[in-house]
Amino acid sequence: MHADITLAVDGEEHALRVDTRTTLLDALREHLGATAPKKGCDHGQCGACTVLLDGRRALACLILAVAGDSCQVTTAAGLADGDTLHPLQQAFIDHDGFQCGYCTPGQLCSAAGMLQEAAQGWPSAATTDLTAPPVLDDTEIRERMSGNLCRCGAYPGIVAAISTAAPHTGVPEGSR
Amino acid sequence: MIPFDYQRAQTPAAAAAAVAAHPRAAFLGGGTNLVDRMKLGVATPELLVDITHLDLDRIEELPDGTVRIGANVRNSDLAAHPLIRHRYPALSQALLSGASGQLRNTATTGGNLLQRTRCVYFQDTTTPCNKREPGSGCSALEGYTRYHALLGASEHCVATHPSDMAVAMSALDAVVTVQSPHGRRRIPLAELHRLPGDHPEHDTVLDHGDLITAVELPPSAMAARSRYRKVRDRASYAFALVSAAVALDLDGDHISDLRIALGGLAHKPWRALRAEEELRGGPATQEHFRAAAQAELAAARPLKGNAFKTDLARTTLASTLSDLAAPGPRHEEQR
Ligand SMILES: Cc1cc2nc3c(=O)[nH]c(=O)nc-3n(C[C@H](O)[C@H](O)[C@H](O)COP(=O)(O)OP(=O)(O)OC[C@H]3O[C@@H](n4cnc5c(N)ncnc54)[C@H](O)[C@@H]3O)c2cc1C
Ligand code: SF4
Ligand code: FES
Ligand code: FES
Repeated sequence: MHADITLAVDGEEHALRVDTRTTLLDALREHLGATAPKKGCDHGQCGACTVLLDGRRALACLILAVAGDSCQVTTAAGLADGDTLHPLQQAFIDHDGFQCGYCTPGQLCSAAGMLQEAAQGWPSAATTDLTAPPVLDDTEIRERMSGNLCRCGAYPGIVAAISTAAPHTGVPEGSR
Repeated sequence: MIPFDYQRAQTPAAAAAAVAAHPRAAFLGGGTNLVDRMKLGVATPELLVDITHLDLDRIEELPDGTVRIGANVRNSDLAAHPLIRHRYPALSQALLSGASGQLRNTATTGGNLLQRTRCVYFQDTTTPCNKREPGSGCSALEGYTRYHALLGASEHCVATHPSDMAVAMSALDAVVTVQSPHGRRRIPLAELHRLPGDHPEHDTVLDHGDLITAVELPPSAMAARSRYRKVRDRASYAFALVSAAVALDLDGDHISDLRIALGGLAHKPWRALRAEEELRGGPATQEHFRAAAQAELAAARPLKGNAFKTDLARTTLASTLSDLAAPGPRHEEQR
C-alpha cells in the first residue's frame, strides 16, 4: 500500500510515493539519496540514523515515512552553511571526534538537537537540581548523548568537541 | 513487515471507532515501540491509525490543582515541564532515566504506558511465548531471566513491564482517561496494567479500540518530596533491573504518609502496599525502611537468572526511602 508524501530535506522540498512500510530513514537514503543519516541497528538502539525532525532530534529508523509527511528534516549534510562547516562539525575535526566516521552524522545531529534542549533549560538524568537551569558539564554531555553509540570509542573526542562548540551554538553563557 | 493501510484520525472518538472496527488495527503514537515490533514481526497490524495529530498534546492545570497530561505529550516535553519538575520530581526523573534524548522526543505518554515487554523471547518469533502466541509456552522459564519478574508472575509468563514513567505515575496516584467507541471512562493507573495469570497476552485491562486520551495527576503535597531511582546494567540508555518511585510526607521524624511503586519486578508497576502499610505513621529510621523493604519482598519468587534482584530491590527501596527522609533543603542533592 502506497502513500504520496512531501518531505523538506536540508531545505529542499521533495514529493515522493512510498510504501507505507518505508521508514523515514529508508525514504531519505533509498528514495532521496540523502545518505548522511546511517543505518546502524535499525531498531532505535544506536543513534546512527539521528536527524532533526522539525528541529528536534529523532531516530529516522523508527519513524514511518508516511507519519513524517510534510515534515522538515535536517541531516548532518544540512548542518553546514554552504562551504562553512557548522561549529560542531569543525569541533569534531579539531578534537578527533571520530575514527571511521560511521556514527558521526548521527552524533552531529544529536549534538545539535541536544544543545538546543540544554539552551531551553531541559534537565537530564544527570541534572542534580531539577528546579535550576542545567550546567552543561562533561557528565551532562555524556548523559545527554548516551543514545549515540560509537564502535570506535571516540567518546572523549566527541565530548570535548561538543563542549568546545557549545558556546558557538546559542547555548546561553549561564548554562555552561 | 506485512503491508498495512495508514490513516490519520480526526477526533479521539473517530480514532477509537476506526481501531475498534478492524480486528487487526492499531493506534500509532510515536511508533518507537510499535514500529520496532512490526520490524521484528511481533506486531502485524493491517491498519495504523495515527493519533499524533489529535489535539491531545497539552499539559494543563485544572482548577482543583490536578495536572492533566494529554496522551500525545512527548516524554521529553513532559520531563522538562516546570509543573512536573517542581511538583512531581519523581516523574521527571523517571522519564529522564528512560531511553535516549532522541527517543524521548518522539515517544508519547500513551505509547509509553502501552509499550510491551522487552522479554527477548517475546521479541523473537522463532521461540515459544505465551504473550505473543497464547498456548505456545514460556521460553523464559528455562531461559534468560535477568530482566524478568520476582513478584506476581504466573507459570504462563514471567515478563516485566519496561516503562519507567508508569512506575512513577503509579506512585503518584495517576488516573488514566480512556475514549472507547462507546464513551469515556477513567481508570486508576495502578489498575491499568494487569498481572499475567492465565492470560499473559493481555498487558492491560483496555479493550481493542480503547484510546488513552490523558493521564491526570492529582494534587499532592507529598509528591513534591518524591524521587525515582533506577538501577541498571549501564549508567545510561538501559532498561531497569530494579527501580523505585517513592513519595514521602514527613511530620518531624515520623512518616505521616507515603507512596511506593517498584519497577523491573513485575508484569505491572508494583505498588508496594505492604511496605507502605508498615511505614505509615511510624518513625523514619533506617531500621524501619529495611524492615519494610524486607516485608514487601517476602513474596518474591526468584527465577534462576534473577535471584540477585531480591536483594537489589530491598536495598534500592531502603536507600531511596532514607535519601528522601534525609534532612536538607534540597532532596535532589543525593540522587
Ligand atoms: C533502544 C530503546 C531503549 C528504550 N529504553 C527505555 C527505558 O529505559 N525505559 C522506558 O521506560 N522505555 C524505554 N524505551 C521504550 C520507549 O519508552 C517506548 O518505545 C515509548 O515510550 C513508546 O511510545 P510511542 O509513542 O513511541 O509508542 P508507540 O510505539 O506509538 O505505541 C506503543 C503501543 O501503544 C499503543 N498506543 C500508543 N498510543 C496510544 C494511546 N494514546 N491509546 C491507546 N494505545 C496507544 C500502540 O498501538 C502500541 O501498541 C526504549 C525504547 C528503545 C527503542
Ligand atoms: S516471560 Fe512472558 S513474554 Fe517472555 S517468553 Fe514467557 S510468556 Fe513470553
Ligand atoms: S539505525 Fe536508528 S538507532 Fe540505530
Ligand atoms: S567513529 Fe567509528 S563508530 Fe564512531
